Amino acid sequence: MLAFTLRRLLQAIGVMLAVGVIAFAMFRFAGDPVNQMVSIDTSAAQRAEIRHSLGLDDPVLVQFGRYFINALQFKFGVSYQFRLPVSSLLAERLPATLELAICATVLAMVAGILMGVYSALRRDTILARLFQAISLIGISLPTFLIGILLIYLFAVTLGWLPSFGRGEVVKLGWWSTGLLTVSGWKAIIMPAITLGLFQMTLIMRLVRAEMLEVLRTDYIRFARARGLTTRAIHFGHALKNTLVPVITVAGLQFGSVIAFSIITETVFQWPGMGLLFVQAVQNVDIPIMAAYLLMVSLIFVTINLVVDILYTVVDPRLRSTVSRAT
Amino acid sequence: MTQPVLSVRNLEVEFVTRRATLRAINGVSFDIAKGEVLGVVGESGAGKSVTGLAVIGLIDPPGRIAAGEIELSGTRIDHLPLEEIRRVRGKRIGMIFQDPLTSLNPLYRIGDQIIETIRTHTSLSESAARRRAIDLLAEVGIPAPEKRIDGYPHEFSGGMRQRVVIALAICAEPELIIADEPTTALDVSVQAQIIALIKRLGRDHGTAVMLVTHDMGVIAETCDRVAVMYSGRIAEIGPVQEVVRNPLHPYARGLMGAIPTLAGEDKRLVQIPGSMPRLSAIPPGCPFNPRCAFAFDRCRVERPEPIRQGTQSVACHLFEPAKETAA
Repeated sequence: MLAFTLRRLLQAIGVMLAVGVIAFAMFRFAGDPVNQMVSIDTSAAQRAEIRHSLGLDDPVLVQFGRYFINALQFKFGVSYQFRLPVSSLLAERLPATLELAICATVLAMVAGILMGVYSALRRDTILARLFQAISLIGISLPTFLIGILLIYLFAVTLGWLPSFGRGEVVKLGWWSTGLLTVSGWKAIIMPAITLGLFQMTLIMRLVRAEMLEVLRTDYIRFARARGLTTRAIHFGHALKNTLVPVITVAGLQFGSVIAFSIITETVFQWPGMGLLFVQAVQNVDIPIMAAYLLMVSLIFVTINLVVDILYTVVDPRLRSTVSRAT
Repeated sequence: MTQPVLSVRNLEVEFVTRRATLRAINGVSFDIAKGEVLGVVGESGAGKSVTGLAVIGLIDPPGRIAAGEIELSGTRIDHLPLEEIRRVRGKRIGMIFQDPLTSLNPLYRIGDQIIETIRTHTSLSESAARRRAIDLLAEVGIPAPEKRIDGYPHEFSGGMRQRVVIALAICAEPELIIADEPTTALDVSVQAQIIALIKRLGRDHGTAVMLVTHDMGVIAETCDRVAVMYSGRIAEIGPVQEVVRNPLHPYARGLMGAIPTLAGEDKRLVQIPGSMPRLSAIPPGCPFNPRCAFAFDRCRVERPEPIRQGTQSVACHLFEPAKETAA
């Protein structure tokens, strides 16, 4: 088990190293940022000075080494546009994105599993068919369209929910949370639904398919022959077996939720990392883009690692093959 | 005569499909007495397993029990409400399935599965149920049960898993055990052990056993009586020595003739020509008539009813009392 974890950890570090090289390469190939920062009438001397102050005139290897060592300490340089350290910019935006992503994922998991289980157990009811239809819409409509439709309905027409922003936030140390105020909760509803809808329908369809599959297995038939209650069979035996693949998908999807929150954050002007990234792209603010790339891949790699380990916790068969293999 | 543990009368099971209603079981009747082992043999698709599933109430839609009565120690158990038949399953009827590799939930310790079943049917506490589970595992011959109880199914061999499945089937001391081909998926050497175990458990607890199999060797060795099924009907039923040594129904004769013996090495094994009809194309009259060497006109029109012949009962026009044949 330990050796398995260590091996996965080494693989994760390898992936992060590769991403680091790509992130650094952006600095070399994404154009000259100095041109973006200065006006046309800036003198060559001034340009050189800016270039020097940003460390852009050092040899490539020196820059790479410096970038790498700094990145290990979460120093990602200074943003070209804000003239502020990227790490503090990201740290400031991180809570908003994480809160949104967690809300969206929890929503997607809870609603997705409930709807999936229901439509597997009561396959022929009208509600189950309705869920299937909704899931088709959720899986095929693009995120931004759902966001805009929600804004039109609940913010513009009905006026129940705010159309942009996070509402009031409360500071808990360096973490700013919108989940302690009413306006914060109101503000997060629509973005969370928008962001989570795709995952929700994905999880629902997955749970439904897996559950139907599991209900056909011999051990469920045997459980029924043993006279266990329907409840124990459905929610003990069947659901646990259903959740094994669902954990993987939901876990991996959490990474995508964070990565794709860019669109949702743009639609709702949500002050998170995604919005920061979009602004950075518009302004060729490479330090932010590179740091964002590193952050997202770190999150992905971490989640992969956690899911792998969780898998062995849930499924005893993996546990033994893993320990036998090591 | 004492009341039989299981009494099945004129059971009919049909599967309603979009095209047609297929009758898988057509008028099956038999009894099993306390402590008796009834073997049910026949080709694949003869309705052996469906009969077993019908008794325990596990025929899933589109299948349904269309007619007939099933009585367990005098009480009718067909058409019981779901909740009541659930209380019968596992508690009064234990079932053993064919494949022990897939019968156990892979994510739960075997102890938890046994304890769960015990606690569903009795009011034992968790710790008492655990002690009972250990006793059960010991009884079915699992070595070091107090350690093995915390193992997961994949940590057991096929034979050991079937022992666990048997422990699960008997954990509430049922009156009847239905064993649906319990040895088919196992090694030959393990088969004998499992059969001996089922036989011993039936004897020790006075449990009636319905043993579904297509292995005539198992039948001859284990059963008190045997029912030969063909195309959803019982072709012949009787004491095992009689049916094996002196089969009456042409199909049963063919079946016994197809068993290789050490003595008759020079003889070719007798084959039954053709194959069993599909459910959608059962011929009128006796379903066996197209393959039967003795078939005459009546067999193609009229369905034979079971006729007593000594201790045996056979559904074949050949054994019709003489006066009726003349008439």
